Amino acid sequence: MGQLFAVEVIYRGVFQKTLAKNITRDIVLAAHNQGKLGISFGRYGDAPERNGIPAKSFAIVANDEQTLEAGMAQYEPKQVDLTVVLDDTLCKGAESWAWYGLQPVHHALKPGHTLIVISRDDAPALLKNIHRREEPYKLGIIKGVTSFSGMWVFKDDHTDVRVLGAIAKVLPEVMTFESVEKFINEKLKSSLKVTSARNAFERFSSIDVKAGMGNPEEPFKFDLPRWEDMRCGVSIKGQPQGGAFADPVTGKVGGFRPARNELFKKYSTRTQRPVVNFSTCTKCTLCWLNCPDAAFDVTIAGTYDTNLTACCGCGICEEICPVKDCITMVNESEFHDNNSQWAAFEKDKDAYLKWLEATIEKAEPIEKRSHGFRYRGQYQEQVPEALEVAKKG
Amino acid sequence: MATLTIPVEETKKPLEQEALITGAEAIAIACKLANVDVVTAYPIRPYDTVMQYISQLVADGEMDCEYIVAEGEHSQFEIVKHASACGARVFCGSSGVGWMYAMEALTVTPALRIPMIAMVGNRALDDPGAFGVEHNDALAVRDLGWMLTWVDSAQEALDTALIAYRVAEDRRMFVPLAISCDGAFLTHSQALVQIPSQEQVNKFLPRYNRGDLLLHPDNVISVAPQANEDWVTEIRRQNYAVTEIACDVIREVYADFEKTFGRKYGNPFFEEYMTEDADVVLLGMGTMSTPVRVAIRKLRAEGKKVGFVRLRWFRPFAGPEIAKCLERFKAIGVIDRDFSFGSPNLSGVVATEVRSAMYTGSSTRPPVIDFIGGLGGREITVPDVEKTVEITFDAAKGNAQPLTQWIGLRG
Repeated sequence: MGQLFAVEVIYRGVFQKTLAKNITRDIVLAAHNQGKLGISFGRYGDAPERNGIPAKSFAIVANDEQTLEAGMAQYEPKQVDLTVVLDDTLCKGAESWAWYGLQPVHHALKPGHTLIVISRDDAPALLKNIHRREEPYKLGIIKGVTSFSGMWVFKDDHTDVRVLGAIAKVLPEVMTFESVEKFINEKLKSSLKVTSARNAFERFSSIDVKAGMGNPEEPFKFDLPRWEDMRCGVSIKGQPQGGAFADPVTGKVGGFRPARNELFKKYSTRTQRPVVNFSTCTKCTLCWLNCPDAAFDVTIAGTYDTNLTACCGCGICEEICPVKDCITMVNESEFHDNNSQWAAFEKDKDAYLKWLEATIEKAEPIEKRSHGFRYRGQYQEQVPEALEVAKKG
Repeated sequence: MATLTIPVEETKKPLEQEALITGAEAIAIACKLANVDVVTAYPIRPYDTVMQYISQLVADGEMDCEYIVAEGEHSQFEIVKHASACGARVFCGSSGVGWMYAMEALTVTPALRIPMIAMVGNRALDDPGAFGVEHNDALAVRDLGWMLTWVDSAQEALDTALIAYRVAEDRRMFVPLAISCDGAFLTHSQALVQIPSQEQVNKFLPRYNRGDLLLHPDNVISVAPQANEDWVTEIRRQNYAVTEIACDVIREVYADFEKTFGRKYGNPFFEEYMTEDADVVLLGMGTMSTPVRVAIRKLRAEGKKVGFVRLRWFRPFAGPEIAKCLERFKAIGVIDRDFSFGSPNLSGVVATEVRSAMYTGSSTRPPVIDFIGGLGGREITVPDVEKTVEITFDAAKGNAQPLTQWIGLRG
């Protein structure tokens, strides 16, 4: 059997669907320039049509037809030679709509191979989120703003060609930079894009991640039952209603927490999270009522604490909250845990409010995530900004 | 016309009442006796006779149920699906293209383990718009996990409806069941029927208990979530498990029926007529049994040893038993009141299934000739049947016969 290569691209549903599809397609076409055969496909069980849901796209490349067929004779590659993460907040893990549990981003990466992340952060910051693993691997960062557009829209901010350039550096066996250049010239017809790809190719570097480095959290998973042990009638036990709970600081029992599914948490869909100022909250209930995921716990004090394993970061609470700056959506990459904000507030109110102010302030000038385009003309505003960042590298 | 009456044991007689009713009316009365909770209706001939009789029973104060006239068959079957999930005993039905319009609702019920009882008044599928009987409507669900039974008399319709509730609502089963009644010949013709007493039925038919599958605020479950490839094979295997035991459950219920009501059906899966010494047999489903029996008696008088096997249960298909029964004959003539265009040998559905069952279950290889006829409600005449017997005897002699032939066809 000849050589077989698999590249996976982890992306966010809707916002990066077209970008991911383009990248895996372009890998196959560029590799074809040096005589290789390949296919590209999205993981069918995913839901790329749902906002922000982690999803995967693959490119499989081989030297000959039989090797390619061996690569295609499985639902998806079990092991990949390279993983690309198109949004750094995905480093917290990818929980597919198809219910595979929370998978670390290097879940399928072969030992010693490279994980590429698009981020403005550095490796130590990313490793606070990327789960630990036994086998060492390499981590490379393409510096840049996360490219988010829409279901049918491709934001032409050169993210695609920069990824191609970086891949040419890591896996020249799949495609050399010359193959990438030829592809861009012939198919994308842009010398500026060749420059972007070359910059990414030349500047790309990676660090060695040693065994055991990274986020110690154990990603949640579950065992699939035998058919005899499954409930019949395509039915699953519902969640109980929930109820009062012990306050994390005082231990007093009160408030209300809905029971939640332990096997499907949804938080890896989140790219921004609400930060709540409990001292200005008027307990008006609007965030709690309007949250589509019942993500708020009612505290014993009657305020609303976001349960950060249930929140998928849609931002409706921020929009609906009538108090100025009481709820602020902040880039998810600023956070490294899902701990209760209410607990922190109760423990030390002054410290919490200081942290809150700093977090919001710090978050403001940094990338304010926008899920797709919210108003006419936003695309035209975003592309030059993103290109500027890309040029700086 | 179907007027066969099955003898009733003398001791049981005082408990029963005799009435001259149609097959449709017999099923309506069975629904009353079964104390059905929710009935949904949408008119289409010939099924609509049942909904008319049930509404009459409700109007007369004889039957107490939720009677919902839906805005179409799809809703009709969806409503009873949900009602059954909530623990209600349900009844519904349709015919021809009405049944097909409900198809999406029909496909989901077996996996959800809904013991829905439906009456299919068999009717030709459009086009052309025809009222008459053809079996392709009910047969459309044959691979989906539905149980399918064909009856040939009003008495059998009533009894089978009671049996149907017992079988479908058995916790080991919990799958939908359709009782097929030939349009016009059964649904619209009146025959003398013994109607069992409420006490007897209560004894025979326990309450429907949905157990831990009950959709109720006190038993919080989520039904029919989206599932990926990690789950679907196991879910299908669960329905397969039902088909593995279906014949045993049916046998149990028929035995108990006989004990309670005294009427004997013998082998639940098929009925044999004059087969003991037969050289060849015909095989078919539904009310064609009447002209077939008449023709057989006529041919027997002429010394021709021919018998008839009437198939009662098509799903489950009692393959090994049918093969064992048929292996002793020199040739078999199947009469299909249906078609299966493009099938192996271009035969109808029943012949294809019979050949398949015999390939694995029979020690002999008698020719199985298929006769397609009686479509769109056309009468299968006694001379038609005589012709099929003649061809079957010819095949038994070893003469080559086309494997599929059309009967009662102009041309």
